[in-house]
Amino acid sequence: MPNVKKTFSIKGMHCASCVYALEKALKAVPGVSNAVVNLASEKATVDYDTSTVSEDLLSDAVSGAGYKADMSSGPSIDEVQAAKLLEQKTLRNKAVVSLVLGGLIFWGSFPGLIDTSPALLQNFFVQMFLTIPVQFWAGLSFYRATISALKKRSANMDTLVSIGTTVAFVYSAVVTIFPSTVEKVGLEPMPYFDTAAVIIGLILLGRYLEARAKAGTSEAIKKLIGLQAKTARVVKDGKDHDIPIEEVRIGDLIRVRPGEKVPVDGIIIEGQSSIDESMISGESIPVDKVGGEVVIGATMNKTGMFTFKATKIGSDTMLAQIIKLVEDAQGSKAPIQRIADQISSYFVPVVLMLAILTFVIWYVVGSTDPLLFAILNTVAVLIIACPCAMGLATPTAIMVGTGKGAEHGILIKDAESLETANKINTVIFDKTGTLTNGKPVVTDTLAFGNHAEKDILFMAATIERASEHSLAEAIVKEAEKENIELGSINKFQAVPGQGVTGEVGHKKILFGNRRLMEENSIDFNSASDQVLKLENFGKTVMLLAIDGALAGIVAVADTLKDSAVDGVRALKDLGIESVMITGDNQRTASAIAAKVGITKVLAEVLPDQKEAEVRKIQALGKKVAMIGDGINDAPALAAADVGIAMGSGTDVAIEAANITLINKNLKSVAAAITLSKKTMRTIKTNLFWAFGYNVVLIPVAMGILYPFFEILLNPIYASMAMALSSISVVGNSLFLKQIKLKA
Amino acid sequence: MNIDKIVVTILGLFGSVFTYWFFLMKKDKEVSVTDLVDILVAGGYSPAVISIPLGKTTQINFFRKDPNSCLEEVVLADFKIRKFLPLNQKVTVQIKPQVKGTFNFSCGMGMFHGKIVVK
Repeated sequence: MPNVKKTFSIKGMHCASCVYALEKALKAVPGVSNAVVNLASEKATVDYDTSTVSEDLLSDAVSGAGYKADMSSGPSIDEVQAAKLLEQKTLRNKAVVSLVLGGLIFWGSFPGLIDTSPALLQNFFVQMFLTIPVQFWAGLSFYRATISALKKRSANMDTLVSIGTTVAFVYSAVVTIFPSTVEKVGLEPMPYFDTAAVIIGLILLGRYLEARAKAGTSEAIKKLIGLQAKTARVVKDGKDHDIPIEEVRIGDLIRVRPGEKVPVDGIIIEGQSSIDESMISGESIPVDKVGGEVVIGATMNKTGMFTFKATKIGSDTMLAQIIKLVEDAQGSKAPIQRIADQISSYFVPVVLMLAILTFVIWYVVGSTDPLLFAILNTVAVLIIACPCAMGLATPTAIMVGTGKGAEHGILIKDAESLETANKINTVIFDKTGTLTNGKPVVTDTLAFGNHAEKDILFMAATIERASEHSLAEAIVKEAEKENIELGSINKFQAVPGQGVTGEVGHKKILFGNRRLMEENSIDFNSASDQVLKLENFGKTVMLLAIDGALAGIVAVADTLKDSAVDGVRALKDLGIESVMITGDNQRTASAIAAKVGITKVLAEVLPDQKEAEVRKIQALGKKVAMIGDGINDAPALAAADVGIAMGSGTDVAIEAANITLINKNLKSVAAAITLSKKTMRTIKTNLFWAFGYNVVLIPVAMGILYPFFEILLNPIYASMAMALSSISVVGNSLFLKQIKLKA
Repeated sequence: MNIDKIVVTILGLFGSVFTYWFFLMKKDKEVSVTDLVDILVAGGYSPAVISIPLGKTTQINFFRKDPNSCLEEVVLADFKIRKFLPLNQKVTVQIKPQVKGTFNFSCGMGMFHGKIVVK
């Protein structure tokens, strides 16, 4: 077996010397190639050879050093991989031996081939001795599983295979050992050892191929784990030290050179670079980063050298969160699977009853060789039934689909979200921060009467400094840019959905939208033309009144995201209607919507009304996806059939949304829906074939075609069909990997 | 009808009724768990029905002794957990249910089932 890496908890550590003592004790175990103990996380990570080292040995070494190991966290990804490979290897060896022996028996007994075979292979006793290892060594796992299942009063695939092949083997053995007795009851003493041996060989081959294909369905997690850097270059006392990633602490300063991976999440302290984040976000263009900006663990540094401060380590990093989310999604069940689960739980007992019925009918009604026909058709029924294909139909597609999404920066919370996204016909975009970059800037400042533009900006910025509104920051920044020193404010008050009021010096200030002016009986008719003009350009206009008279206007505009136009167009191509929701007035909102190609606009919607607007559209019978930037939109995201958050993996948004687009690319909305549609199509095709296969071929195996066309199903062909049905379902799911997503 | 055919028909009828009763009419005994339970994975799950307390973390140790590939994964879909169960190794999952009710768990292919009753 290959070397594996295992991480487990240690109890009883309290100082750095414990780390040294434990590492020494673990490294002293023969077969352990490396051991790293982390005091902060109280975990040990050990690389060891599983052929010489067991978990008990490691546990003993920890106990010997005076601590306690907790191995209960389960096998590591390496151990799981090693166990899967071992099981695959065993299956392959058994399949090869069974098919070689089965092939020899087949050669010596099949009517068309028998004349070309050596006389030895035609001997029934030789055939029996060749079948025994296949039946009782290669087929032992079928018997074991059957006995375990029967003890629990349950039955499965193995029950059918073991009963079917045992019937064929026992009948053949009786015919071989007591030929005269068999002749006396009117039967030709002809054994069917080839049936038993070849069936076992083909089913084992099918399972081997199925196991290999299934491994491909969970590759996404392996790929994500493989992205993790192994070491970090920590700067201590002015020197660089390469340390294992497990030993990195929050606050450590880490240097990254060109061509190296960023080991953990953090903030750049010194230097700048271009960083390839495609492995996390799916966005292929490298992102330029300077001091103060966030870097993500597992991304690739392209050009410059920089030093950053670690802010998130271990399970808190974005990569770890993404892995957890994909694992969660793959562990969930799609609603469509429930029907398959229901049928699977009744399937085997029903097949057993059908097999009994087949035997009785053929024995009672059959004209020639009723016993032989009854046995062969019963075996065919037992062998052809394939519950595995039904069981594999949904989860394999979900695993490939969610993995494919993660590759493109589309994180799907669970299988149900993936299934629901398939039905979406209306997408509601929040404007600020979703369609736009969420970084508005002041575009126009107008002054009326004897006021100067600088006075207007001074008043607006002074009063907005106390506000938490998203536009306030833009106005304060503009004032700073103009070197305007801000004053102090008294009696500040925010009026939700309208603006702010307060006193600057002895002057009473009102700053906000038209509704605020109307409520306070401020006449703004003289500025109507300017306001209309600015709004028609998609700018948000705020009016400033000083001591009850209109004094000026400040207009703010946000820039559209590069992907906004293409994102909306991609949805249109899918036949999905886009809607924009915003607190802006109708004219400004319509102007922005027109720029991105959205015709339906919900304007002047207060933040707490967004959820109600989503429900109104749902009430019209629409399946709604809400796209928001997370925190403010949380109720609307939760109310929608599918909430899609534009955000980073560490954002709170992940909790509120069903799907998170790490790349913040609006084209990914259509990509996520396309992925959902293709995954659901794959699931439906899989279920159709899996159910159709059983519904059509079980009656054929029972002999339903015999009265009309004299067609019966040879049990060997039944086993071939059975093996192929599982492989075809897994193979069809793997096709999902080939789809091209424009994310 | 010959006597052998009558006997086969009667045995077939009996076999079908027995199959139905044996596999489809079994009742699993519910085992009450406080904080930790070992579930043997062999031909199904033993115990197959466990009751656990609401709002508390319960540790479930799965130990697979059955080579049947159907059982190589366990899925607790309501808790978003899918775990590979290597043969003869203990695999632990921890759950902290937030709502009362009965939640199914199954093997990866949905052939074998168990229940978690949250009280």
